[in-house]
Amino acid sequence: MNKFLQILFFVTVIKPLTFIILGLNIRGKSNLPMNGPAILAANHNSHLDTIVLMGLYPLSKVKYLRPVAAADYFMKNRFLRWFSLNIMNIIPLERKARKSKDELFAGCKEALENNKILILYPEGSRGKAGEMAELKKGIFHIKSLTRNVQVTPIIMSGLDKALPKDESLLVPFNCDVIVGEPVSKTNDSSEFMNDLKGKFQELSKLCLTK
Amino acid sequence: MLIIPANSKFVMLCIAISLISATVIRLALQKKNPQKDYTELRQRIQSWWWMVGLLFGVLIIGVSTTIAFIGFLSFLALKEFLSITPTRQIDRRAIFWLYLSIPFQYYWISIGWYGMFIIFIPVYIFLIVPIRMVMLGQTEGFIKSAGTLHFAAMLTIFCISHLAYLLVLPTTHVEAGSIGLVLCLLILTQFNDVAQYIWGKLFGKHKIIPKISPNKTTEGFLGGLITIVSVSYFLGPYLTSLSSISAAIAGGLISVSGFFGDLVISSVKRDLEIKDTGNLIPGHGGILDRLDSLIFTAPVFFHYIYYLEF
Repeated sequence: MNKFLQILFFVTVIKPLTFIILGLNIRGKSNLPMNGPAILAANHNSHLDTIVLMGLYPLSKVKYLRPVAAADYFMKNRFLRWFSLNIMNIIPLERKARKSKDELFAGCKEALENNKILILYPEGSRGKAGEMAELKKGIFHIKSLTRNVQVTPIIMSGLDKALPKDESLLVPFNCDVIVGEPVSKTNDSSEFMNDLKGKFQELSKLCLTK
Repeated sequence: MLIIPANSKFVMLCIAISLISATVIRLALQKKNPQKDYTELRQRIQSWWWMVGLLFGVLIIGVSTTIAFIGFLSFLALKEFLSITPTRQIDRRAIFWLYLSIPFQYYWISIGWYGMFIIFIPVYIFLIVPIRMVMLGQTEGFIKSAGTLHFAAMLTIFCISHLAYLLVLPTTHVEAGSIGLVLCLLILTQFNDVAQYIWGKLFGKHKIIPKISPNKTTEGFLGGLITIVSVSYFLGPYLTSLSSISAAIAGGLISVSGFFGDLVISSVKRDLEIKDTGNLIPGHGGILDRLDSLIFTAPVFFHYIYYLEF
């Protein structure tokens, strides 16, 4: 039943919203990983980010996608909780809980071991419109949970115009989705973070929207 | 379903045949030089198939569907324009009203209310946009934003909607019908782009406006103008109720306004330092890259016809 609802939501909301109401300027679509274990690392300015990233995938791949989302926000009431877990298929992350890393990332680890594709925002939360916040190292820990996790950097721009933080009126705008080549598979955290940061900066230059 | 009048049907058939020939020629070229990369040509022709297929599809289904389709093109063009042009974040609430105006504008057209169609954007939306902006209460950057929004609405809603109004004008040429006017405008506009390009490639020497478009030459412009005037002299009376001479003048108007439409969108892109307005249409760029000339030729052709015939 939930699977059916998920597909229905994908066909009637995610796809039309992404391609008709919004509209994408996509670059580097062939860099998008079609199989896990993989992580899509994107900048985060709007609730639409996750919708658009999921919309990039064909219907048959939806079941592999697992957005990693803040438990304190997306689990705050019963409906949102049901919707997030069953339709969006999120992995809730308790950012504020005092837990060990292993406990915190257990859900991510399980998903990666099952060859899922995680959607992750290394900035931690939605930053200021159009600006990139400091990247957090959480992504490095998550990528290191299992072996051979491919991390694909993605820059999105224009979605903060369509639906900014703390706004509820959606206004149509085209947005850029620039998919980069995978980040190096190094085991050194600062090398990894620098590579990711560098790739983000490179990709930002390819955006059309202002 | 609409019965397509004979002359228009014949012209649509000719367009379909030329598309088929283009595809055949492309395949032959590919076979002759297998190592050469024809991706861009293939994409361009494929996109033409889509554009012509969609247009003919809606024309065959009927007038209301075609009007709705052109309204959708306005939506895509407006969205693209506002996505590449900087606006203040607060303007999104005023922009929302621009989107809302599209169904109204095309509704006036569908019921044939000329008076409302012609003043709705330049009068009412012109006033509503700054009123909404005043209510938002941010004065910094007010003039620039108001200008951007008005420019966008005029180009993408008002100008493009003239194409749709051609369909509801009373029929004055039974064998061509109102579709004839639309086909005539679209063919001459597109052919003008092609003719200017080819004449420029073959004989182009003197740059006509190098600051905006280094590829445009006086020879290309004049060659295109002469070509379109002659084509229009013969095609015009077949697809519209214009006499040969009036049709030739219409061709001249289309050639000149199309040339400037192209340059206006080029200037917008130069100002923003981008090459294409989007990548909706593979091999062509964004929707504004495709509609640039038409944005100017549609109102000019429409009002020429309207003045002469109604």
